[in-house]
Amino acid sequence: MSNNKTLMDAEAVESLVDIMAGKIWTLLNEREISNPLMIGIRTGGVWLAEMLHRELGLEESLGTLDISFYRDDFTQIGMNPEVHPSDLPVPVDDRHIILIDDVLHTGRTIRAALNEIFDYGRPASIILATLVDRSGRELPIQPDIIGLHPELEQDQHITLIGPDPLGLVIGSKTNRSSRGDEQGKDA
Amino acid sequence: MSHSNRTLQLDEEQRLLHFLTIDGLGKEILTEILDTSEGFTGVSERTIKKVPLCRGKVVANLFFENSTRTRTTFELAAKRLSADVLNLNISASAASKGETLLDTLHNLEAMHVDMFIVRHASSGAAHFIAQHADRGVGVINAGDGRHAHPTQAMLDMFTIRRHKGEFVGLRVAIVGDILHSRVARSQILALNSLGVSEVRVVAPRTLLPSDARSLGVHVYHDMEEGVRDVDVIIMLRLQKERMQGTLLPSEHEYFSLFGLTERRLALADSEAIVMHPGPINRGVEMDSKVADGAQSVILQQVSYGIAIRMAVISMVIGTQNLRMQEVAG
Amino acid sequence: MKKKKDISILGGRVIDPANGIDQLTDLHITGGKILCLGEAPNDFQPDYTIDAKDHIVCPGLIDLCANLREPGAEHKATIASETLAAASGGITTLCCTPDTYPVIDSPAVVGQIRHKARKAGFCRLLPQGALTQAMDGERLSEMAALKAAGCITVTNTYTPLANTLVQRRAMEYASTFDLLTVIRPEDQHLSNHGCVHEGKVADRMGLPGIPEAAETVAVARDLALAETTGAVIHFHALSSASAARTMAWAKREGRQVSADVAIHQLHLTELDIEGFDANFHVRPPLRNDSDRDGLREAVANNVIQAICSDHQPHEADAKSSPFPDTEPGISGLETLLPLTLKLVEQGVLDMSSAIARLTCGPADILGLPLGRLTPKYAADICIFNPHKRWQVASDKLLSAGKNSPFIGWEMPGRVTHTLLKGRLVYSEKG
Repeated sequence: MSNNKTLMDAEAVESLVDIMAGKIWTLLNEREISNPLMIGIRTGGVWLAEMLHRELGLEESLGTLDISFYRDDFTQIGMNPEVHPSDLPVPVDDRHIILIDDVLHTGRTIRAALNEIFDYGRPASIILATLVDRSGRELPIQPDIIGLHPELEQDQHITLIGPDPLGLVIGSKTNRSSRGDEQGKDA
Repeated sequence: MSHSNRTLQLDEEQRLLHFLTIDGLGKEILTEILDTSEGFTGVSERTIKKVPLCRGKVVANLFFENSTRTRTTFELAAKRLSADVLNLNISASAASKGETLLDTLHNLEAMHVDMFIVRHASSGAAHFIAQHADRGVGVINAGDGRHAHPTQAMLDMFTIRRHKGEFVGLRVAIVGDILHSRVARSQILALNSLGVSEVRVVAPRTLLPSDARSLGVHVYHDMEEGVRDVDVIIMLRLQKERMQGTLLPSEHEYFSLFGLTERRLALADSEAIVMHPGPINRGVEMDSKVADGAQSVILQQVSYGIAIRMAVISMVIGTQNLRMQEVAG
Repeated sequence: MKKKKDISILGGRVIDPANGIDQLTDLHITGGKILCLGEAPNDFQPDYTIDAKDHIVCPGLIDLCANLREPGAEHKATIASETLAAASGGITTLCCTPDTYPVIDSPAVVGQIRHKARKAGFCRLLPQGALTQAMDGERLSEMAALKAAGCITVTNTYTPLANTLVQRRAMEYASTFDLLTVIRPEDQHLSNHGCVHEGKVADRMGLPGIPEAAETVAVARDLALAETTGAVIHFHALSSASAARTMAWAKREGRQVSADVAIHQLHLTELDIEGFDANFHVRPPLRNDSDRDGLREAVANNVIQAICSDHQPHEADAKSSPFPDTEPGISGLETLLPLTLKLVEQGVLDMSSAIARLTCGPADILGLPLGRLTPKYAADICIFNPHKRWQVASDKLLSAGKNSPFIGWEMPGRVTHTLLKGRLVYSEKG
């Protein structure tokens, strides 16, 4: 991973998150949504969600989702050794949900997250906000709110590192650990 | 032993291929099982108590010995992983027709079973099945003879960790029929592997193995001494047929010497927890007041059992999947 | 009948422990008997010679205990298959156990077995009679008739007698006819469905154990009974150092008692059962290091005068179950000599003593004029290359039983020729 280079430092990421918070606020107003439930996808999505949750001053506690049990690549990579429980503080039935992830790539992570949320109940609506929207979609999933839309080569990957300090790094797709969680974060 | 168990149960990257015994498994993999189980604990509390992880996989409960409780928790665990479950009560069918264990195994493999969960009266049965199973088929030991019951031991470890946080520094007393107990053997191995500071066994000599100390425990014949200052008391089940005869004179004498009463519990650490693999013989192994008391965590053990089994099933199926891909690739 | 060939075995290292011989010399055979060692008489014209340069020439081996499975369990092995395997291992005399179906408790069964062995022609077979009828442990067998039919020993084999009174009466009755009572000492109440040595490995693996006391109690009891009755007894397949020490004591006391040990007990221990490999499931069980060392010492001191194979061939199914559910026993005829030679390599025994435990030792226990190269004795000869090393492979074993825990082991010493009464019954070249 030595050929990684930093695209954005913590300060730049934070200002991007500020902009996203503003966009979310506008969208909530447009749709007349009050008291939404924010859910971050582990791990990067949770870091961002914590910031956004603070910024927007949401009343409902933040939910976290670990999509390890919903991944479609289980048969290719086996069990994620660092799985955490998902934690949704309240029932999702009839709630408006803001789903936060770091990088939207293939769309598979979001597919897994949607499936998991629906195993908890039937939400009224879901807004998807991602820090980075990159090319390479394999499923018909689009974000409602994005922070950044970088132009990347196919073999490049972009990763949110953190939590302290946060940073966005770009590297080429080599040096992957077969047990790691790369695809989950990347997808 | 440790070495052969390690190579049978773990692949080159230390991933779980089968789960047959705690013997040979280090702190790292045991902790991974506990951590993965934490991830599954929430599933039972949701509207849809299922995750799609093992969808399309077929898990066969191969029970040569009746055990509704254990079979049910494995069945529930497999179903919550979205696997299909076959329940085979072999004692009633194949064995009585003279079908050998290997015949049964190969017949089921021909039906493309992905996992065997095995309960058998003979020590080493799960090893035997793992050694003869096709590549890509995982085996989980749900209790073999007096040998091992590793998922029970892990749910006990899970319960202990939930209550005590760490294993280091803990003193644990296991009371009762150690000699015939596969649960106790697996618990002792797990506790020592996870690094507790002391494991004690408390029993009359007729219920202890010939060389109990070689298992890595301190031996007590006096209940009061044995539970003094411990953080965890694990009571074992004593089978009725062992209570009269050459091992013990009577239930009455056993309870008076080794039964867990409030008075004896008071000798342990004030925050000690009381565990039991169930079902309890009230008034033989422990007083009802203790079983239902504030320090008892017996019912939690049961609910954690499902998360542990979900973890182990998914870890084994995951590793076996990888193995098949290596073959295909 | 065809005239028996005159043979000269030339230039071998002849070891005949009974006669204190260990020298490079020739051995001459005529009429199926030993003619002489060294220079042949002037008029001796051998029909053929065997070049034994760099080989050891010794008496044919005598195995005190082998289960040949016939009659009744021919799916495991037959007299023909096992006596051939024995010959390939240098064994010329084989005592087979009576736990067949039917049991060897009548002259008819003895006759049938001896007939089959003669027809196969590889080995001298000495059927052992059952101590009790149908091995039921209750009714004495017709020992006089068994003796008349050719049995020289009676035994309980693998079924210990529960009733001490029956044990006493059986010894007394056998001694009436000068029959040697062979006992595999085991108190069945103490063994209590065990399948391995009661000790730390059994504790860890949760396998039901057989305590050492199951053997020592039986040895002590039967020594007392032998003293009371004046019977001559032989303990078969000792497994514990403690029983070996008791034997040493009994010998010092001048008791009429002897003992043998199965060769695998001198190499394997309880540690070998780890991994639940059913090929290590034997009875009596493999015990611990100090037991193995105590048994080795007793063999070295001649307290245990014989090493046997305790051969128990099985079909694959018999070992294809969880460990406690498998049948005990090792297919051991073809590894008896090499494993004994391993003891020589390991410094446990000198070559002459090793050969004694396989030849004159067991012959003396049986009271038979065998196991030595004395002129006019039957020319039962084993010739082996002590320098040849080979690897045990199941497809190379001639025994129908492939159940050997020594598969894959490298062995010293390979039999090249076996002669039974002066007739070549096995040669490595075929």
